[in-house]
Amino acid sequence: MIPRATISDRRSSQPGSQLGTLFLHLVLAVLAFGVLAPFLWMLCASFKERHDVMEHAFLPWAHLDRLTLGNFRTLFHAVPFGRWLINSLFVSSVYTVLVVTLSSLGGFALAKYRFFGKRPLMAMMFATMLMPGLVMLPSSYELMYRFGWLNSYAALIIPGAVSVFGMFLFRQTMLSVPDELLHAGRVDGCSELRLWWDVAVPTVRPMIGAYTLLSFLAAWNSYLWPQVILQDQSKYTIPIGLAGMLGLPQFESQYGVLMAGATLGVLPVLTLFIILQKDFIAGLTSGAVKG
Amino acid sequence: MNRNSEHDIADRSGAASGSAARSRASLLWAAQYRFAPYAFVFPFVALFGLFFLYPLLRSVPLSLQTTSGPGLMRYVGTSHYRFLLTDWLFWLAVANTLVYAIGFLLLQVPLSLGLALLLNSPRVRFRNAFRLAFFSSNLIGQVFVAMIFSLLLAPRYGLVNRAFGWLLPNGVETNWRGDPRYAMPALVLATLWLTVGYGMVYFLAALQAVDQELYEASQVDGAGAWSQFWHITLPGIRPVGVFLILVGTIAALSLFELPFVFFQGAGPRFAGFTIVEYLYAQGFEAGDLGMAAAVGWVLVALILIVALVQIKVSGAGRDTA
Repeated sequence: MIPRATISDRRSSQPGSQLGTLFLHLVLAVLAFGVLAPFLWMLCASFKERHDVMEHAFLPWAHLDRLTLGNFRTLFHAVPFGRWLINSLFVSSVYTVLVVTLSSLGGFALAKYRFFGKRPLMAMMFATMLMPGLVMLPSSYELMYRFGWLNSYAALIIPGAVSVFGMFLFRQTMLSVPDELLHAGRVDGCSELRLWWDVAVPTVRPMIGAYTLLSFLAAWNSYLWPQVILQDQSKYTIPIGLAGMLGLPQFESQYGVLMAGATLGVLPVLTLFIILQKDFIAGLTSGAVKG
Repeated sequence: MNRNSEHDIADRSGAASGSAARSRASLLWAAQYRFAPYAFVFPFVALFGLFFLYPLLRSVPLSLQTTSGPGLMRYVGTSHYRFLLTDWLFWLAVANTLVYAIGFLLLQVPLSLGLALLLNSPRVRFRNAFRLAFFSSNLIGQVFVAMIFSLLLAPRYGLVNRAFGWLLPNGVETNWRGDPRYAMPALVLATLWLTVGYGMVYFLAALQAVDQELYEASQVDGAGAWSQFWHITLPGIRPVGVFLILVGTIAALSLFELPFVFFQGAGPRFAGFTIVEYLYAQGFEAGDLGMAAAVGWVLVALILIVALVQIKVSGAGRDTA
């Protein structure tokens, strides 16, 4: 071995430490299984017949022919689950587009312009950053009542589209957009809006990926606000619909049907995450670690 | 830089003095530059004022009123706050929530750190795959988590009790949802599944950002692994630790969906009843939005006190380190 080898290099060539490496991976694998087991259990349960759900830990290996799609069929026939799925997709997508657009526009202005009222605006945003939104739940509900927005998608999408966190995130990241590039764009006759879209947004693309997923997740999983706003079953999103099913006597011990619903509620976000995961984890932690 | 751009724009309008139409165009050009930042922040400011600042301010007078639904209101002064001070159910909810928050933070932070240290070992292969697996549970909404865990924690055949049965000779018969003593442990368990991967991702990023030269230098000085951890690693990841504790405290004190769905209500003898469940019950089941707003402000005060204590303690710790 080269003389500059460090202590740990020498250590890893000893047989005892290879055993240690194996043990480390064994521990990690067991822990990873522990984290993934609830997903597996949910997925298995959604294909099991009613009496098999609790009888077998995961799958009834001796009777794999008993696996069924019946739970999914029940889910779409006994309750308007298809409708809930579409509602969830619609509300979450519109919300995400809106919040990402507004935050990136506003963040761009905060990062790259001087304008009247910028300092007080940022101070006010900063002061409210840690304010738990729950304190506004009753007064926001009252406001929605005044607007006639109870039981409407507008109430789910528009009030939440203000994200102080998102504004700060975009401001921080867009500080790195080179001024020379903006300057060159202006000389070439780009409007400010074009500069935002063609210069600023592409520069922060990885962060946009992360923030988009984060916003979509928040809307998709949101429960308390839709729960107080929505009244008609046909307007429910998936979490509201599923939580409501838990209380209905006809689904008392229909665990397979409930897990089929949970599977369909979890699968879209899990897929999205696996596609975007690299950007997502890097974007999630970049602010916290550097700042 | 901005000054520079203004110069360009002045130049452009100066050069364009040839015809009236062209000078009008350059005036428009200057105007769009001048007003662009206002146009960019306007949608945010409008929505922020209407849907954030207004409800925030409005909830102060609202907490001094009693309402039956949003339509009918009557001024009652501070009587909501005085009622809360004497209501045993509210104090039970506060105690439950605090027990949950303490249990959760005491376990989540060390577990996340431990997992991050394991994953940060240079000997680990497939690090990204492991990180992906550990983080994946964090994507799941609390409603889905509550549904899955209410079955995983089912008395005899639930996966958790089964797993204990494989590990322990006599197994366990823990009735997680029915026994008041296990209400909070069950919630903490579900929350740990939800959040340990999240904490791990932050700690791992912090660990990888620690300057490697510090370790090499201390190795030359003959520092042991423990002393390296204490003097280099821990100070390096401290800011992330403080951040996780702060975020975790706010989230834990605001706990609602998990117990609400898991117990389908308050739990056995109100053992799963939290502050926000109390708020929900007052405002949206009993219909008194004013009382709910008062509960909201008590929650804000509680979060503020706890957060200030934490910031003070962690700040004081840094001075002596």
